[in-house]
Amino acid sequence: MSGVQNLTSTSKSAASIDRAKAQGRAALIGYLPAGYPSVEDTIAAGIALAENGADLIEIGIPYSDPVMDGHVIQAATTEALAKGFHVRQVFDIVRGITSQTDAAVLVMTYWNPVVRLGVDEFSRQLAEAGGAGLITPDLIPDEAAEWMAASDKYGLDRVFLVAPSSSPERMKRTVEASRGFVYAVSIMGVTGARSSVSTAAKDVVAAAHAAGAERVCVGLGVSNADQVREIAAYADGVIVGTALVVAIGDGGVDAVASLTKDLSTGLTREEA
Amino acid sequence: MVGLMVDAPAAESDKSAVDAFLQGGESLRHAPGPYFGSYGGRWMPESLIAALDELEDTFEKAKADPEFTAQIAELNKNYSGRPSLLTEAKRFAEHAGGVRIFLKREDLNHTGSHKINNVLGQALIAKRMGKTRVIAETGAGQHGVASATAAALMGLECVVYMGAEDCRRQSLNVARMELLGATVIPVTSGSQTLKDAINEALRDWVANVDNTHYLLGTAAGAHPFPAMVRYFHEVIGEESRAQILAQTGRLPDAVCACIGGGSNAIGMFHGFLDDPSVKIYGFEAGGDGVETGRHAATISLGKPGVLHGARSYLMQDDDGQTIESHSISAGLDYPGVGPEHSYLADIGRVSYEPITDSEAMEAFRLLCRTEGIIPAIESAHALAGAMKVGQRLAAEDKAAGTAAGKAAGKGTDKIVVVNLSGRGDKDVATAAEWFDLLDKDSPEHEIAKEGEKL
Repeated sequence: MSGVQNLTSTSKSAASIDRAKAQGRAALIGYLPAGYPSVEDTIAAGIALAENGADLIEIGIPYSDPVMDGHVIQAATTEALAKGFHVRQVFDIVRGITSQTDAAVLVMTYWNPVVRLGVDEFSRQLAEAGGAGLITPDLIPDEAAEWMAASDKYGLDRVFLVAPSSSPERMKRTVEASRGFVYAVSIMGVTGARSSVSTAAKDVVAAAHAAGAERVCVGLGVSNADQVREIAAYADGVIVGTALVVAIGDGGVDAVASLTKDLSTGLTREEA
Repeated sequence: MVGLMVDAPAAESDKSAVDAFLQGGESLRHAPGPYFGSYGGRWMPESLIAALDELEDTFEKAKADPEFTAQIAELNKNYSGRPSLLTEAKRFAEHAGGVRIFLKREDLNHTGSHKINNVLGQALIAKRMGKTRVIAETGAGQHGVASATAAALMGLECVVYMGAEDCRRQSLNVARMELLGATVIPVTSGSQTLKDAINEALRDWVANVDNTHYLLGTAAGAHPFPAMVRYFHEVIGEESRAQILAQTGRLPDAVCACIGGGSNAIGMFHGFLDDPSVKIYGFEAGGDGVETGRHAATISLGKPGVLHGARSYLMQDDDGQTIESHSISAGLDYPGVGPEHSYLADIGRVSYEPITDSEAMEAFRLLCRTEGIIPAIESAHALAGAMKVGQRLAAEDKAAGTAAGKAAGKGTDKIVVVNLSGRGDKDVATAAEWFDLLDKDSPEHEIAKEGEKL
């Protein structure tokens, strides 16, 4: 996979994670659903994330059939769609955030909206908007030939998911197909805050590292600084979603800023 | 057609595939997946891939295991009541250009539809995998009832996801599932319809995949579901082919079935895919009419996309968001379709056409009055389509003035087989409302008014 290694140097996500690593800490990745409660709020909250300690920002495209999302994110994206969110607005959001901050901005999307616009066209517009790449919850490398080509063409990161159920063969294949980082699903389940992070997460991260992944970030169920601290001890990055969605829904951009500040206190590794 | 992408299936581009087939080239039967042309595959979260691999492996081994195939045959015979009859519908046929029409009587199976074929097969597969729990989605409740039935028979825990609105409108079917020991969970997310019930079942499956099998109800979804569900329904086409040969001494000129996800149809079609003389027709739900946008004619009007694990034709808007479908028939009210149908449409082996609610209900009434059989409204779409096909075939014969037609004394000797996929007992309230048979102040009238898919 020499191609992957060569392109790693140009990966915006990798650069952000490596910058955190150089500071002796894990990276913080914050998720926001695009257009919730408005496109302007998503941009403002994205900037607040970056200014308060997030290294990467994940913008989710609202989709009619989000099978990997729990109730909180479903409710937010359903509301965004009901208010008339259009997929093309995600590029405005990415541009709005990347023009104001140094954070790497990824788009998290179910695959059909990308298919509909056209994989190449979607990639071109994302790159033009300054986006770092895509996180694809329902696209596995087996079906990703078109995306592999487009992401190479436009220099975008392709973040695939690995799970506690991934076999060693699949783990290797997915790690090799990924660029930027690998998204380790902490538990067998959907998005949503949980009181404790399963012990499976540590095993998944170890397996991904063993399969050759340089950067592995953990998502699903992470909602507070203690959980961030626990994961930061073994992972290269920590992904927080649902808790931020609750924050922006309840307290707007200010609440996102203060939660991000709090979450970032968990990033520094105790042994560092 | 506001916001709806319209594209005719690319029949020309794959012309060579169907030509090769018609010239005795490759067989179209037993397509193993994961791909059917450019359709099918696994557009699924990584978390579920291991479960799909396990399912595929178990299914492949089971197919090759005489003990398993014997178990299926025994259940089909002594539990479901197979083989189902092939009944000639002579009085009904008078309204179809005078062709001979034969009905494949899946309505006579235990639980009243073809659904039992698939649930028994998958429940056995679940047991082979050591799973103790099955989950299922359901629209009006037919697949839910069938799943609860199979789970009760085999001692499996059963949870059925059903749109909250459907639960309210189908309270008797909810009670049926509960009588059979299943738990019914109303789904309140998204549009609260069948597609959201599938989404919720997938979320359950991700979280409980260790002990749970997702008993998907149609020949759609991620590999191996389309090929596996078809396998359990192939018995429909195999029986039909043998029965029509026994009763008429020859193959039919046309075969008709209704298409929602497409499981009854793919089972029926499979028996005739390699018979070039047999024309095959799938009838989609045209709802209020395809020009109104309120329909479920996925192949006729959709564009390829990915939903629920497979690439296939899909009702979607310019953003790739799934469009809600509409049909008087809950069983056809789904914005996707099985991937093998998309392939068969593209290569031109099967013709897919929409049938409106009105056309289906006319055929529904006609079958009741001419044959003493109350069909499921789903199946009434196939009946309405068969009337059109029969009239076309008769017109062709008349134009050609065939000797055989004249000898038959009525201008045509063509034969059409229709899959009567289910019985209409579940649809009596809907039909009574449609035909205005209810007293204006009866509780049934009140209930029927509230929904199009009682």
